[in-house]
Amino acid sequence: MSEGISQPDKPETLEGESRDLFSKFDDLIAMREGLLASGQEDPFNLVMEKVLSPTRAICNGRDTILLGTYNYMGMTFDPDVVEAGKQALEDFGSGTTGSRVLNGTYQGHKECEDALREFYAMDHAMVFSTGYQANLGIISTIAGKGDYIVLDIDSHASIWDGCAMGKAEVVPFKHNDLEAMEKRLRRIPEGAGKLVVLEGVYSMLGDIAPLKEMVAVAKKYGAMVLVDEAHSMGFIGEHGRGVCEQAGVIDDVDFIIGTFSKSVGTVGGFCVSNHPKFEILRLVCRPYVFTASLPPSVVATAATSIRKLMHGSNKRAHLWENSKRLHGGLKDLGFELGTEEPQSAIVAVIMPDLERGAAMWEALLKEGLYVNLARPPATPANMTLLRCSLCAEHSEEEVETILGMFKRAGKAVGII
Amino acid sequence: MDRPETDQTIRRLIDPFNKKGVEITEATTFAGDLEFDSLTVMDFVAAIEDEFDVIISMNQQAEIETYGQLVGAVHKLQADR
Ligand SMILES: Cc1ncc(COP(=O)(O)O)c(C=O)c1O
Repeated sequence: MSEGISQPDKPETLEGESRDLFSKFDDLIAMREGLLASGQEDPFNLVMEKVLSPTRAICNGRDTILLGTYNYMGMTFDPDVVEAGKQALEDFGSGTTGSRVLNGTYQGHKECEDALREFYAMDHAMVFSTGYQANLGIISTIAGKGDYIVLDIDSHASIWDGCAMGKAEVVPFKHNDLEAMEKRLRRIPEGAGKLVVLEGVYSMLGDIAPLKEMVAVAKKYGAMVLVDEAHSMGFIGEHGRGVCEQAGVIDDVDFIIGTFSKSVGTVGGFCVSNHPKFEILRLVCRPYVFTASLPPSVVATAATSIRKLMHGSNKRAHLWENSKRLHGGLKDLGFELGTEEPQSAIVAVIMPDLERGAAMWEALLKEGLYVNLARPPATPANMTLLRCSLCAEHSEEEVETILGMFKRAGKAVGII
Repeated sequence: MDRPETDQTIRRLIDPFNKKGVEITEATTFAGDLEFDSLTVMDFVAAIEDEFDVIISMNQQAEIETYGQLVGAVHKLQADR
């Protein structure tokens, strides 16, 4: 096109602003820019310059207490775990450069799966490269076209993506609503395959599912049950097996999904099961087959950590104490919380709106406290939340310090 | 239930969700005209499912954009039962 000619049917647009595939993100870009223009530190661009322990880091130049890392059991700096990783790095190298079904299954992967089978007292364990892929892979592989998946509306993104990938009929029900779940199961056509997907702990509000009742109803309608225990493994239940264990239904659950990125303290995901045909999944589950396996150092740290978590009852008890102390303290200060009583190691503080939530997040960071800012659309009912996840390594005094920070920041921002 | 009856029932069910009192025609869209967000969709769909004792999966919902399409889909679901 020659310069200087403006065509009447084509309004002039500035360079770089013409419509393309990125135009769909314009609203989000504008919202982010608006937030940052107000002088706000970017909540989604925080850099940890130094990590001192499971509970402390240098963030943006400040010594900071970590209260939003899901490092529930504080295993990331456990000397045995770190040592196992170093040894594996020495002995097996930095990576496997291959899929689990080709050259990517090392002794360490087998040992990690052995540790999981022992931890859960189950027959089968399959390790994935992340928890996201574990949900994606298992759900999409077992529930295909014509099958029905009944799931909680507040399910994690990896669950939704697994449902979409498998092309099953997806039927959500209202969060933790047993009756709504039962109605949907009852209406599924005769003969169709059914999968119910639940989570032990829902990470947004830190509430747990009524698994005893829900699993019983699912079984009554002949559905298979998958429970994602990402936020309960290592902490909830006598042996740390999760809400399934606490509710006494672990033997009725067909699949448990979990992650190494929280209590275990490294990265990776898994599924454990007693299903007699479970092993076939290794050949047909695409997010397992078509990606490289975890590095030897990662599976070595995971296996060591999982074995130590089996004997973690003292740490579990201390973590409960921490959760109760923080929950009670915040409630006394006048904050609105996600649950009436503490149900997990997550305490969600409900903010009046996104602006004050972001301001509160920043005020806490300046006090030297990192919490997790969760905002719409990722949150239930479009709430803005400050999610606090406690660690077994937080001391009693640290929790008191944290409460002091919340008090000052809350008053400064005008929330309490 | 014939189509006009189904239409009448759904009109009654949509009322509490139609906060702005938008006039409902066959061409009224849920996302555009009625500005339903995902939570409203969930509650509205649950109300219809309970009334007619049917399942409208998310896959089916994805195909439904207008009020007329919804009435048609529910009418067919009932007939297939
Ligand atoms: C409920 C739930 N499932 C799965 C995952 C994914 O775990 P990973 O970090 O291992 O991909 C998460 C993590 O955010 C989660 O919260």
